[in-house]
Amino acid sequence: MKQMIVCVGLFGIIYSAHADDNIATLRGKVSIADQPPAPRMEQVEDKDIMRKRNYPMQPPTIPHKINKYQVDLFANRCLSCHSRQRTEDPQAPMVSDSHYKDRDGNVLAEVAPRRHFCNQCHVIQVEIKPLVDNTFEGLLHDPSTGW
Amino acid sequence: MIEWVKKRTAVLRTPSRHFSLGFLTIGGFIAGVIFWGGFNTVLEATNTETFCISCHEMRNNVYQELKATIHYTNRSGVRATCPDCHVPHNWTDKIARKTQATKEAWGKIFGTISTREKFLEKRLELAKHEWARLKTNDSLECRNCHDFEYMDLTQQGKRADRAHSTRLAQGEKTCIDCHKGIAHKLPDMAGVEDF
Repeated sequence: MKQMIVCVGLFGIIYSAHADDNIATLRGKVSIADQPPAPRMEQVEDKDIMRKRNYPMQPPTIPHKINKYQVDLFANRCLSCHSRQRTEDPQAPMVSDSHYKDRDGNVLAEVAPRRHFCNQCHVIQVEIKPLVDNTFEGLLHDPSTGW
Repeated sequence: MIEWVKKRTAVLRTPSRHFSLGFLTIGGFIAGVIFWGGFNTVLEATNTETFCISCHEMRNNVYQELKATIHYTNRSGVRATCPDCHVPHNWTDKIARKTQATKEAWGKIFGTISTREKFLEKRLELAKHEWARLKTNDSLECRNCHDFEYMDLTQQGKRADRAHSTRLAQGEKTCIDCHKGIAHKLPDMAGVEDF
């Protein structure tokens, strides 16, 4: 047991000694005491073209700018187009029926309060190179259905 | 009655006894210039953003909200000040609005919206006044800068293009119908039609 603690301790020391040089963080190679220059803010995608869902039950992403859209106690700018009553005029996709249910499954006349803050799940998109690589594959072609 | 009026206005109908004609005409002209110039200077002074935000009601509520919007800060640095949108530019309309605004001076004196709470409570009513005003004048204050004639719809987003080329072009809708809350936070919109 004692040996193991020593081993782990030793590894920790060696590891931390190397960590500074070898591990690339999102901060880049900037000392923790310094403030790196902020990356450029990219333009938000505004193509109005729906993106594919990456996994089942994924909340759809927002294919347009939502600059300064007010979503608070008083107003919900998203729902002024996406609510059931309003979709015809702006030709916006309607909020899913699931959003009209409270957590006990009771159907409500309005969007459920727990669904009020759209941006908790639905987010805008930016066309940029991912900061870190990943191997997630997402929804794949399904040979059994042909889709 | 007529006799009474005649007696009281006798001094106006008799020729001047002490002052020369030259003094009266030239003096009257100069006094007119001073009066008119002074009136207009004061009018213009009350038509600036500095004047508007000299009251805490405007500075602490609506002005703070404006600062975060595109009408205050944007890529090219062109900005709108309070009177650009809230006071008609045409002289007669401006006087009419300014006369109406005497009620706002009353509100200031009696502290109608002197606290944040009072302001929030009254906000829907205040907003409705502005919406109604812009609806009636076909969003004139928007159109002072944003002229539909010169809008390049091809440069607009798909949704903007669709709305502008149909409803706006046909005059069925005006700017304020869709662009409520463009420069300030919205009030409680529950029950507001078309939102």
